[in-house]
Amino acid sequence: MKRLAKINENVCVCCGACQDACPRGAISTSSGRYAVVDTDSCVGCGLCARTCPTGCINLIERAGIAI
Amino acid sequence: MKKKRWNDYLWIWPIIYFSLGFFNILFAWLGMIDFIVPIIIASLGGGKAFCNRYCGRGKLFALIPSVLKKTNKKVAPTWMYGPLFRYGFLAFFMTMFGNMLHQTYLVFGGNAPLRTVVKLFWTFKVPWKWAYTVTSVPAWVTQFSYGFYSLMLTSTLIGLIVMSLYRPRTWCTFCPMGTMTQGICRIRQGKAG
Repeated sequence: MKRLAKINENVCVCCGACQDACPRGAISTSSGRYAVVDTDSCVGCGLCARTCPTGCINLIERAGIAI
Repeated sequence: MKKKRWNDYLWIWPIIYFSLGFFNILFAWLGMIDFIVPIIIASLGGGKAFCNRYCGRGKLFALIPSVLKKTNKKVAPTWMYGPLFRYGFLAFFMTMFGNMLHQTYLVFGGNAPLRTVVKLFWTFKVPWKWAYTVTSVPAWVTQFSYGFYSLMLTSTLIGLIVMSLYRPRTWCTFCPMGTMTQGICRIRQGKAG
């Protein structure tokens, strides 16, 4: 099952550690409040989740795509 | 692998800063860049771009464990990144900054002598006289340098401690500048929407 990074916006301090770790450039911190994952670019590798100092990133199962 | 950009090498900035301050305390004034630039960027709508891209300290904390191949995977305790501690630490930090400004003012007015010491963790006085060279610079300018260098060194040491105890960039979770700029972003976005 393909996975996707999900950020807990209430906990995220928007430090940018996940953005630096993401090999796909799928994370944006432009709001300055919390990081946002581009679900199309995320490959669910989990590097961001392992890097986040608050542990606020979880990997969830990607919803099925109807073709 | 991501292509390295110039700002990926900014970890060198804190090393240069502390090295310069070790030999001449007046270089401590350069630390104002780390104080003023994040606030300006956040106030102009640039979000936490400083934390995300240009913070040398954050880059250094991320780099050290990876170079040493000793990255701690433990997440910091919940209270450490909760609002109470974050804003409490910000308030404490700003109080200590105010205290430092007051000390500078006393020296400016001639009501206190210049203290050529670096105060670590706001408590331990470390003699740092070798970095003071008598120049035409007013005493208060030097006093501010000592105070600011103390603040920068203390916060970096705290950052290094939490870096070794928890995940590399744990300092960023309660960094006063990060808390302040995130607050500015909240206020700005609150107004906008």
